[in-house]
Amino acid sequence: MQGPPTSARIAAHDLACRRGDRVLFRGVSFTLKPGQALQVSGANGIGKSSLLRLVAGLARPFAGQVEHGGIIGLIDEQPALDTEIPLARALGFWSRLDGSACVPLEALGLSDLLDVPVRFLSTGQRKRAAMARLIGQGAAIWLLDEPLNGLDVHATRLVEELTASHCARGGIALIASHQPFSFADMKQLALADYAA
Amino acid sequence: MSRLLVALLKRDLGRLLGSGQGGGTVLPILFFLAVAMIYPFAVGPDAALLARTGGGVIWIAALLAAILPLDRLIEPDLQKGMFDQWALRGISEETVVAVRVLSHWISFGPPLMLAAWPAGALLGLSSASLRMVELGLLAGTPGLAALGVAVAAITAGLRGGAALAGLLVIPLGVPLLIFGAGSLSAGGESGLALTAAVSLVLMAAAPFAGGAAVRATRD
Repeated sequence: MQGPPTSARIAAHDLACRRGDRVLFRGVSFTLKPGQALQVSGANGIGKSSLLRLVAGLARPFAGQVEHGGIIGLIDEQPALDTEIPLARALGFWSRLDGSACVPLEALGLSDLLDVPVRFLSTGQRKRAAMARLIGQGAAIWLLDEPLNGLDVHATRLVEELTASHCARGGIALIASHQPFSFADMKQLALADYAA
Repeated sequence: MSRLLVALLKRDLGRLLGSGQGGGTVLPILFFLAVAMIYPFAVGPDAALLARTGGGVIWIAALLAAILPLDRLIEPDLQKGMFDQWALRGISEETVVAVRVLSHWISFGPPLMLAAWPAGALLGLSSASLRMVELGLLAGTPGLAALGVAVAAITAGLRGGAALAGLLVIPLGVPLLIFGAGSLSAGGESGLALTAAVSLVLMAAAPFAGGAAVRATRD
């Protein structure tokens, strides 16, 4: 793992998002400093994923702006792992790009699955594999889109612990989830309050 | 940077050469040979006619074979979210598409040139015209590869994208076909240079067209 990413920050000013000709939300502002986490909650289709993509810079805001310092890592519904090849090689591709960071494969319950092709993995296993990819990236800012989907109780707790230790090291986590995500002193943002 | 390019190229080659889904490199080559094989059945066993028209048939077969791998060039990586992850790491879509053009050519061009050998024999081409076909393919297949990747990016994510990609490649590949097949006629050597020129234009444009197309899928 890289040193404490203390310069990490996100600042969103007055964000608005449009999908098609419908404005999903407007006036969303927040700042996150090292060690902070924010959960974006709201019903399906309210724009949680869109907000994360705006923050990641993968989509342009309809209005407002996002500033960030530090590398951004994203988990969304696609694990971004090649499905035809064994998990070890699929993760190996990303670790060649990201440089080697130590990934707790054992704790993620992936060490027995390394020679299994990704297409045979279950939803929860893929989610954990995506978590391994994210940790290996060594990013200061974690954007987690429904990180608990498909996870059992044990894996849910594990992801919560990993997120907590990421923030304890000075990282930032932005979590979009309709499920409760237990994390001490987490900021909350109910997207429904900003629906346009 | 070079470590990044090597990693991308290795992954691409593993996917495109591998026998995984879509038949890898084998299917387009078998298709190419099949077209060369059925042509004599259609026009009859007139050796002089076959030798005269065979070079053109090889070019048509090459253009058609270039359509087969299109749906596996860009679309799967968009579906898997690979492009988003690359973008987060500051790896531009243009870089990925440029590497993809190279890897697609490696998995497609040299095998096609090898297959042109038996295809030429099936059509009774003289060794001189087979040589021109091979040189023309060497000059033209990089352009076909670049065109294929760019069109695959433009049609990725569209409903019926694969069929549309085929429809787009055929007219856009016509310049390559004209100059490539034209180089086979007497005194047509300059066709080789023109084929190579068209290839260069396509290779220069493909990363930018493909990169812009991939970014456009995000909106």
